[in-house]
Amino acid sequence: MFRFFLGRLAVLIPTFIGVSIIAFSFIRLLPGDPVALLSGERVMSPERHAEISRQLGFDRPIVMQYLDYLWGVLQGDFGTSIVTKRPVMDQFLELFPATVELSLCAIIFAVLVGIPAGVVAAVKRGSIFDQIIMGTALVGFSMPIFWWGLLLIMLVSGTLQWTPVSGRISLMFYFPSVTGFMLIDSLLSGQEGAFRSALHHLILPTIVLGTIPLAVIARQTRSAMLEVLSEDYVRTARAKGLSTFRVVGIHALRNAMIPVVTTIGLQIGVMLAGAILTETIFSWPGIGKWLLDSVSRRDYAVIQGGLLIIAAVIMLVNLAVDLLYGLINPRIRH
Amino acid sequence: MTEATATTAISADPTRRARLAEFWYYFSENRGAVFGLFFFLFLVLLAIFAPLVAPHNPTIQFGDARLVPPVWQEGGRATFLLGTDAVGRDMLSRLIYGTRFSLFIGVIVTVLSLTGGILVGVIAGYFRGWIDTVIMRLMDIILAFPSLLLALVLVAVLGPGLTNAMIAIALVFQPHFVRLTRAAVMTEKTRDYVVAAKVAGAGHARLMFKTILPNCMAPLIVQATLSFSNAILDAAALGFLGMGAQPPTPEWGTMLAEAREFILRAWWVVTLPGLAILVTVLAINLMGDGLRDALDPKLKRS
Repeated sequence: MFRFFLGRLAVLIPTFIGVSIIAFSFIRLLPGDPVALLSGERVMSPERHAEISRQLGFDRPIVMQYLDYLWGVLQGDFGTSIVTKRPVMDQFLELFPATVELSLCAIIFAVLVGIPAGVVAAVKRGSIFDQIIMGTALVGFSMPIFWWGLLLIMLVSGTLQWTPVSGRISLMFYFPSVTGFMLIDSLLSGQEGAFRSALHHLILPTIVLGTIPLAVIARQTRSAMLEVLSEDYVRTARAKGLSTFRVVGIHALRNAMIPVVTTIGLQIGVMLAGAILTETIFSWPGIGKWLLDSVSRRDYAVIQGGLLIIAAVIMLVNLAVDLLYGLINPRIRH
Repeated sequence: MTEATATTAISADPTRRARLAEFWYYFSENRGAVFGLFFFLFLVLLAIFAPLVAPHNPTIQFGDARLVPPVWQEGGRATFLLGTDAVGRDMLSRLIYGTRFSLFIGVIVTVLSLTGGILVGVIAGYFRGWIDTVIMRLMDIILAFPSLLLALVLVAVLGPGLTNAMIAIALVFQPHFVRLTRAAVMTEKTRDYVVAAKVAGAGHARLMFKTILPNCMAPLIVQATLSFSNAILDAAALGFLGMGAQPPTPEWGTMLAEAREFILRAWWVVTLPGLAILVTVLAINLMGDGLRDALDPKLKRS
């Protein structure tokens, strides 16, 4: 297992270096003067330009500049926002819990609905249930989620008035952030109705962000289950007279879960991309909205830093998924 | 030379027709796929004949007809079957012209990422060694970013607009084709027919593209339909975020972005463009499922 881990790590390090080179060159590939872009100053005297250039290290050889950048990154220095003048990492850490909370809820929603749906479709293969579930899954898979969000706002928040339109919690409530997770913080605050409000704000974004993963998980579960259900050991279990529930739930599902776990892990990247759209629609103060705002504000330092941080997060998550996969499926280790 | 004539002889051979018939047999078993195919053909015709079909010019603003509801609703007018948007443009005409953009985006992105991916993937899978390692690491790097985020940043670098959005999306989709091609080439490379061609004196280029590649096409075709529909989705998403096609282009995602503020007042300006995206993508995905069933021998019900 340890060797497996080392092998994965050995692939990860060059990838990370490549990603950091891309993030580093990003600002230099942009049309315009990188010094002006990074300092946010449009008009400056040649002396001022030289001064900032020296401050940012632009007067040194490019390789040295990159090594400096990498050294900073390894110490957690991802640059400073041009607009807010705050370190990118600080802003990221402040906003990341909001995205994590939303993504976790979405993936839980997707798993809780998607796996049972896939199992039912596989067990009742060809039935009307199977057709309805798979038809719905294909619609979900084809869904432009930004439109799906608008549609839900229109129906659920607009016509039915069931949920709020945007934000993480009603403006009535104010309490200090302890964990950054609104559901937990609202409980800790002890204010009446705060948790309910936070929960209400979460419902629509969770559904929107969870839709595509849900569809993918349901489809993957179905095909994995179909494969497993035709195996000899499932037939043996049936022949022993075990109930369908035991055969499907214990013998088949456990083995069918192996590819499904990978699928769930792969959805993390999809989630972060979906977060850009979902957070924009629901004004959810997470990293997706932050990055999009930075793109429209031309805050290149944030884009550069954010890109690298997110890539690093995804790579770490993928590593964790790989390790988990190695744990539940020993064959892969060799 | 003799080999070349042999190949053409085989292509004209009835076995090719038989294979097509077999393909159609499996494909047509999937009713959804056939429906998807016909709907897709309908969209293609709609896109080609948009100027003939659309009742109005998609960019003309009728000043006296702002936010007119669809014809069946109170206040609807017969000239604007699906109503008008906030500046008085006919929704139906814009939706019809939008088909052009979406299909065009799908074709361009798929062709770009498919050809690029095949070229790079075949080289990686055929030559292996350091060139393979370098290529695959590069692809890993691209895959380390969430695709929409990378596309968004690329567009920010290149400048917003439809062309740049398509280039960015194609670049982001490419690694999937590279990986698939490489894997397929690696399994085919050691087959007897490849060795035979090599012994017969075929050069690298011939072996790569004429001998091996045609036998690797099945998974690539399936992936191509998938990236066709994903390209439409991502381009619409970029348009929605203001980074794709720019107004007043009647691109569906851009239309949605313009419609956002009327969400609680005029349902049709929000609902219809999204519905158009959904049904288009759905039709292509239905077709893709059918193609996968028909082309992938592993999943074929025997």
